[in-house]
Amino acid sequence: MSRLEARPEPSRAMMLASPLIAALAMLVTGSILFLFLGQEPLHAFYVYFIKPATTLYGVGELLLKATPLILCGVGLAIGFRADVHNIGADGQLTMGAIAAGCVALYFDGVEAQWVLPLMLLAGALGGMAWAAIPALLRTRFNTSEILVSLMLVYVAYLLLSYLVHGPLRDPDGFNFPQSKMFGDSATLPLLVEGLRVNAAFILSLVAVAGAWFFCRHTFAGYRMQVSGMSPAAALYAGFSAPKNVWLAFLVSGAMAGLAGVGEVAGPIGQLQPSVSPGYGFAAIIVAYVGRLHPVGVLLAALLMSLLYIGGEAAQIELQLPSAITGLFQGLLLFYLLAADLFIHYRFKPRVRVATPAKSEIAA
Amino acid sequence: MNTEYVIAFLASTAGAATPLVLASSGELVAERSGVLNLGLEGIMLVGAVTGFMATVHTGSLTLGLAAALAAGMAMSLIFGFLVLTLQTNQVATGLALTLFGIGLSAFLGRDLVGQTVAPLPALSFPVLSDLPFVGPLLFRFDAVVYLSVLLVIALGWMLARTRIGLQIRAVGEAPHSAHAIGMPVIKLRYAAVLFGGAMAGVGGAYMSLALTPMWVEGMTAGRGWIALAQVVFATWKPRNVVLGAYLFGGVTVLQFHGQGMGLAVPSQFLSMLPYVATIVILVIICRDPKTILLNKPMSLGQNFKAD
Repeated sequence: MSRLEARPEPSRAMMLASPLIAALAMLVTGSILFLFLGQEPLHAFYVYFIKPATTLYGVGELLLKATPLILCGVGLAIGFRADVHNIGADGQLTMGAIAAGCVALYFDGVEAQWVLPLMLLAGALGGMAWAAIPALLRTRFNTSEILVSLMLVYVAYLLLSYLVHGPLRDPDGFNFPQSKMFGDSATLPLLVEGLRVNAAFILSLVAVAGAWFFCRHTFAGYRMQVSGMSPAAALYAGFSAPKNVWLAFLVSGAMAGLAGVGEVAGPIGQLQPSVSPGYGFAAIIVAYVGRLHPVGVLLAALLMSLLYIGGEAAQIELQLPSAITGLFQGLLLFYLLAADLFIHYRFKPRVRVATPAKSEIAA
Repeated sequence: MNTEYVIAFLASTAGAATPLVLASSGELVAERSGVLNLGLEGIMLVGAVTGFMATVHTGSLTLGLAAALAAGMAMSLIFGFLVLTLQTNQVATGLALTLFGIGLSAFLGRDLVGQTVAPLPALSFPVLSDLPFVGPLLFRFDAVVYLSVLLVIALGWMLARTRIGLQIRAVGEAPHSAHAIGMPVIKLRYAAVLFGGAMAGVGGAYMSLALTPMWVEGMTAGRGWIALAQVVFATWKPRNVVLGAYLFGGVTVLQFHGQGMGLAVPSQFLSMLPYVATIVILVIICRDPKTILLNKPMSLGQNFKAD
């Protein structure tokens, strides 16, 4: 029997190790689950977690899926650091996609260099506008930003559904609920010919660098970190809580909006009833598993992307249910939270006190 | 708009409200003990799928509801273990539980899509059920509808008048003081969290066994989050939970009856109503910080560790 003992100060080593422990625990659980589903665990493990990354095409897909996760995750992490919880990134992503889609369809047939930048701008603004609602209601009326941002996700989904069933439906689309395919000038350039990964991935790397600079070298970043770690100290220092809320929501909203543009101007190429398989929610896991650090988010997004790609491969090759991806994503976050225990606590073997040694009595 | 239509509208309101009554009242108890469980949506989904699965396999709705109750407790046990024993952050853990629940329910329900069960039957009271107007409005619901309202009355009494109710409130207001006078803070919080999970599980199963007797991935469509908002609307008072839930039930039903009532609005906008209404009411309730601050359990969302 052992018991937990508080560490005198948080362990830096554990802070870095706990995401790895969590990933490892998730992989082990995955293997057990494969066994349970009647698969040969090592083979299933290989198909799920290794094989997708062994081909160039697979790596391209990995980066493609990681892009929206990085963009959303980096934005969310900035807010989470300040204890501002934007849970509605999927809605903001959807609004970004809608805004960019409207631009693309309005300028359909215009072959000009400025269409794509305009779409990116519209997407970022669309995401920001949607994120501004919970920020406004929180700062003005003290309304929970968690609940409001989440409710707005469903509203955004329904708005997109209305648009592709109605005003934005392709008139020549055989009545399918989807818009026209975007033209060449409204499609993001591919990074490598033959792969689907596009310029949005570069954008996500820029976002990582920008977020790193913001957190490390700006006063606003410092202010937000203090507010998250010690609200009392932030209050004493006169840091404005509403400013943090606004900044967190506008930044993460813009990033989520850009992620939406990356999807509709990238692999999807049009507006559809759904433009995200829950990237905005998976990004919550990405942010936490990445330790709310921009570089950590990048790595966590790659891991999460592997879960998506591996899930698809396992579905095709092993006939495993696709829902397994979501299961692994949730497990990963559970294990991380549990492993975080060791940042602040350590196991202390229970010493038998029945026959204390002399030296202990003397002490 | 004729009377029959109004009766049908009001009667289906009770059905739509019941999952919210169950999930919110369970969460209310957990929050009164100081624990904020944002995993409600995930628990409801797992409850919905296990309840449906058990009913498909056994043919018994009672066993289905019992399985959902057990599944809800199991889900909240994971949450309780992380938050109460391992002291993890309540917000992050709750979100993790929801994401896990979405994945787990889709995984468990993969073979159930397309199957149906006979829905929970309506009770029939001699004479009363046949009364005009009053009959269909009050005496033709299934047992869970009545039980959910009785539950809230019992909870109100429990929290206000019984020893365990007072202990739960004490633990939610001032866990350190409660611990100092010998109350088992962690055990009480475990009990409250497990109760909350059980109710959310049954609330989810009510959706898959009574409202729409089938399983669809993500079928709760945010009901868990609305239930969380309801606890805030109710300012942590059980009787307000029923009022709020029936109000929302009405708004939800409006989307099915809206076009029949002559509202020429695309269906997607009617479907937005429950979510928009949630936001609007949250604003109305929260804009006066006094109503919230006076009633919110003081230690809500804060972990407790005895030293």
